[in-house]
Amino acid sequence: MKSTIRGKAARLSRRKFVVASAAAAGGGFALGFHLPFGIDGATAQSAANAGSEVNAWVYIKPDDTCVIRIARSEMGQGTLTGLAQLVAEELECDWKKVATDSVTPGQNLARKRIWGEMGTGGSRGIRTSQDYVRRGGAAARIMLLQAAADQWKVPVAELTVANGVITHAGSKRTTSYGKVAAAAAKLAAPDPKSITLKDPKDWKIAGKPLKRLDTADKLNGSKVYAIDVKLPGMLCAAITDCPVYGGKLKSYDEATIAGRTGFRKVVKVKDSAVAVVADTWWRAKSALDALPIVWDEGTNASQSSATIAAHLKDGLTATTTNGGRQNGDALKAIENAAKKVEAVYATPFLAHATMETMNCTVKLSADKAELWVPTQNKEASLAALSEASGVPLDKCEVYGHDLGGGFGRRGGTQDYVHQAVAIAKEFPGTPIKLIWSREEDMAHDFYRPISQCKLSAGLDADGNLVGLHVRVSGQSINAYLNPALIAGGKDERQLQGYYEQPGDAQLGYSVPNLLIEYAMRNTHVPVGPWRGVNTNQNGVYMECFMDEVARAAGKDPLEFRRALMHNHPKHLAVLNAVAEKGDWGKPLPAGIHRGIAHFMGYGSYSAAVAEVSMTGKGKVRIHRMVLALNCGHAVNPDQIAAQVEGSVAYGLTATLYGDCTIENGRMTKLNFDTYEIMRLAEMPKVETVIVPSFDFWGGVGEPTICVVAPAVLNAIHAATGKPVRTLPLKAINLA
Amino acid sequence: MAKLNINGKVRDVQAEADTPLLWVIREHVGLTGTKYGCGVAQCGACSVHINDEVQRSCSIRVGDVKAADRIVTIEGLSATSSHPVQKAWAAIDVPQCGYCQSGQIMAAAALLKKKPKPTDQDIDAAMTNICRCGTYQRIRTAVHMAAGTSGGRSSAAPVNAKSKA
Repeated sequence: MKSTIRGKAARLSRRKFVVASAAAAGGGFALGFHLPFGIDGATAQSAANAGSEVNAWVYIKPDDTCVIRIARSEMGQGTLTGLAQLVAEELECDWKKVATDSVTPGQNLARKRIWGEMGTGGSRGIRTSQDYVRRGGAAARIMLLQAAADQWKVPVAELTVANGVITHAGSKRTTSYGKVAAAAAKLAAPDPKSITLKDPKDWKIAGKPLKRLDTADKLNGSKVYAIDVKLPGMLCAAITDCPVYGGKLKSYDEATIAGRTGFRKVVKVKDSAVAVVADTWWRAKSALDALPIVWDEGTNASQSSATIAAHLKDGLTATTTNGGRQNGDALKAIENAAKKVEAVYATPFLAHATMETMNCTVKLSADKAELWVPTQNKEASLAALSEASGVPLDKCEVYGHDLGGGFGRRGGTQDYVHQAVAIAKEFPGTPIKLIWSREEDMAHDFYRPISQCKLSAGLDADGNLVGLHVRVSGQSINAYLNPALIAGGKDERQLQGYYEQPGDAQLGYSVPNLLIEYAMRNTHVPVGPWRGVNTNQNGVYMECFMDEVARAAGKDPLEFRRALMHNHPKHLAVLNAVAEKGDWGKPLPAGIHRGIAHFMGYGSYSAAVAEVSMTGKGKVRIHRMVLALNCGHAVNPDQIAAQVEGSVAYGLTATLYGDCTIENGRMTKLNFDTYEIMRLAEMPKVETVIVPSFDFWGGVGEPTICVVAPAVLNAIHAATGKPVRTLPLKAINLA
Repeated sequence: MAKLNINGKVRDVQAEADTPLLWVIREHVGLTGTKYGCGVAQCGACSVHINDEVQRSCSIRVGDVKAADRIVTIEGLSATSSHPVQKAWAAIDVPQCGYCQSGQIMAAAALLKKKPKPTDQDIDAAMTNICRCGTYQRIRTAVHMAAGTSGGRSSAAPVNAKSKA
C-alpha cells in the first residue's frame, strides 16, 4: 500500500492516513492490511481521520481529502497520476486535495474484481481503464450531490459543484464533499451505463500538464521500494540459477561456507538454482560467491550467437511459415519489376536491465502467505504466491511496491516470486527477502526476441513501389510464454506493426502487391515483452528498408512514404507533423544529416526525425530528435513528453549499445561495464509533438520507442550513403 | 566493527571489513535511500558524499572508511528536501520510477558544490549515473535550474498538446 499526498493533506502523517483510509474502507479486506513503510509497524487507526468509501474508486475524508484508488502498477510511467486525473475530472474535486492509494490484489479478489484488471503492460494502464475509472469518479460525484440534495431537501438538479464544494444557489447554501461523504456512501450507486461522461474538450484536470503526484519521496530517499523492505526477523537470500538456460543444479558444497558470519542455510531452488540465506544480503551474496557449485549444463551449452544466427537465417528462406498477410502477388510483381531492391536486417536479444534488480520478500505463516514485490501484475503475483506456496488464494496477500523500472520484465512470469516462495518454505514464519545481483538479473532475463528480416521490393520505371516482400525469421514470445496463443501454427504477435487491421499496430502503407511472412525460429534463450517489443525490430526493418527503396527510386524518403499512405490518414498526419516540427527539407549545418521514420503500435501513431553527425572515428553523434505522437487523448501532456523522452533514451541505448551475446549457451554480458547503457552526455535534445485526434484511446509508454532507431539509422544512411542493417552501432565501423 | 560518521551522526557498525559501504549503509545502518544497481561502480545509484566528494559506495570497503570521514547520504542532504537540487528536481518533475534519483541528486549536488555555474560540458562530465527511464534531459534542465544558469542544448520544455478548440 502506498499513498501520495499533496497540498493540505500532506500535513497528515502518511502512516495514519493510509491506515485510516484502508481500514475504514470497510469489509474484511482491511484485515491483514500492511504498510511497507518500515518495521515499526502500523499505528492504530485514528477515528478522527476515518472517512467514507463513496465507491470503490473514491474515498473521502472529513477534511475533504479525496483518496483515489489506483489498481494499476506505477513503475515511472506516470499512470498513477493520469488515472487520478481522470477520476478527479469526473468527480469535480479539488485537485490540491487529491491523494492516491493502491489497492491490493487480495482486496480486488475479495471484492470480485471491482477494480478490474491490475496488469500493467502493453501500454494499457490508462487506455483500457479510462472508461470505468471515469465512470467511477462520475458515480461518486452523483452520489455526493444527491446526499447534499437530500440533506437540504432540494432537487439535485438545482445543485452545482466545483472543486469539491457543492452549492445551492437558490438558498445560498454550500457544503463540501467531506461533509456529505458519509451520507453519500449509504446511497445506491447509479447505473454506470446511465452516466454521461464529460466531453474531453471540457476537461479541466485531465488533459492538463499537471505535476506528478508521486515525486516527493523520490527526492529524499524515503520512498520504500520492495528491495528496501524491512520486516522483523527478516533474513536475506542471494541466488544463482544455472548459467546455461535449461541446465540443472548437480551439487554444491555447503560445508565450505557454513561457518561464515550470518550464514543460515543453502537452499536448492527447483532443479536449476541454488540460494544462500543469511542475516544480511551482502553476507548471503558473499557466501554464494564462495560456494562451490557443479552444474549439469546440458546440451544447450553448445549454443552461441553464431549458431542462433544460422538457425534464424534458415527461416529467411524456409518454405513453411507461421502466419502473415498478403494482397496481390508480391513475388511476381518484384520479379517483373524494372528495379529490385533487397536487404537482410538483424536485431539482437536485449535485456531489460531495470535499475532495481529482481527481488521480493515472502513470509509464509501457518495460515497465510504474504508477498512484498515490485510487479507489473499484482494479480499474477498473487496467483504465483498461492501456486508456489500451496496456500489458498484467499489466504494470500500481495503488497505491491512501485517498481524501480519495469519495461515488461516484471509481468506475468513472476519467476522471482516462485523462487522466493521455495526459499521461504524452508523458514516458516520468517520473512525472506530475495534479491538478485545485477549479474543474475542480466543472466536470467526474458530477453527481447532476436530476429532477422529479409526484404525485397520492386519498383516500376517511374520509381513507384509495385511489390514488397517481408520475411521475418525469429523467436516467438508466445511460444516461450504462452503457446496457447499460437493457433494452427500461426503467431501474428511477431509481426506487430505490420498488421492489416486498424486500431492497434497497423502498417501505414498500401502496397499493390504485398507479402509479409513470419518464420518461427525458437532458441533456448528465454524471451518476453520488452518496452515496445516487436514494433522495435519490425520498425527498423520496414522503415530503414523504405529509405533504401526510396533512394533506389531516386525519391525523397518522406515523399516516397507519403505516396503509399493515402489510405492511412492518421499515420500520415503524424508523419506530416514530425516532418514540419523536425524541419524536414530545410537546410542543415554542414555535417548534420536527417533521418525520418514512422510506425504504429499499442494503439498509437508515432513518427520521428533524427539529426546526427558522424565523428572521424566512424561513430555517430545524435544531436536532436523530434517525435510526434497521436495517442488519441492526451491525459497529461507533460508526462507524455516524459515518456517520449524516456523512450528515446531506452531506444538509443538499444541502438548504440544493446546486444546480449550468447557463448557456451549462456549470456556473456552480465553488468553495465559490458552491457553498456547510454549516459546523459549522449542524450540528444528531444522535442515532443503531441497531436491528439480525440477520437480513440491509444497507449503512451511504448509507442514511440519503435521510431527512434530507424530515424537514427536513416540519418546515418543519409550521412554515409550506406544503409545500416544490424545493431548495435557500437559493433559497426560506420566510416 | 567500524565507526562511521553518517549524516552527522557517529555510528558503530558490526560489519566485515570487506563489506561495501553501500551494504553497510543499507543493511547495518538501515538507510535505504542509497540504492544498489550494479555493484561495480558503473551506474551510480549508490552515490554518496564522502568529505564533500561524490563516491560510489558499492565499491568502497567499509574497512577503508575512516571514522573522521564525513559521509552524507540522500537522507542527509537536507532536512526538508530543500536543497536547490531537490527543489529543481521537483519543479521539473525529473523522476520517473525514481530508483536512480538518489544517486543522480547526490551527483548533481556534488557538481554544484564544485562548480556553482556548470556548463553543459560540466554536466556531461559529472552526471554519468545511469537512468533506465531516460530522465537525462530533465536532469540537465534541473541542474541548470538549481544553478540558476540557463540550459544549453537540451533545455527544451516539452511541447504541450494542441488544444482541440
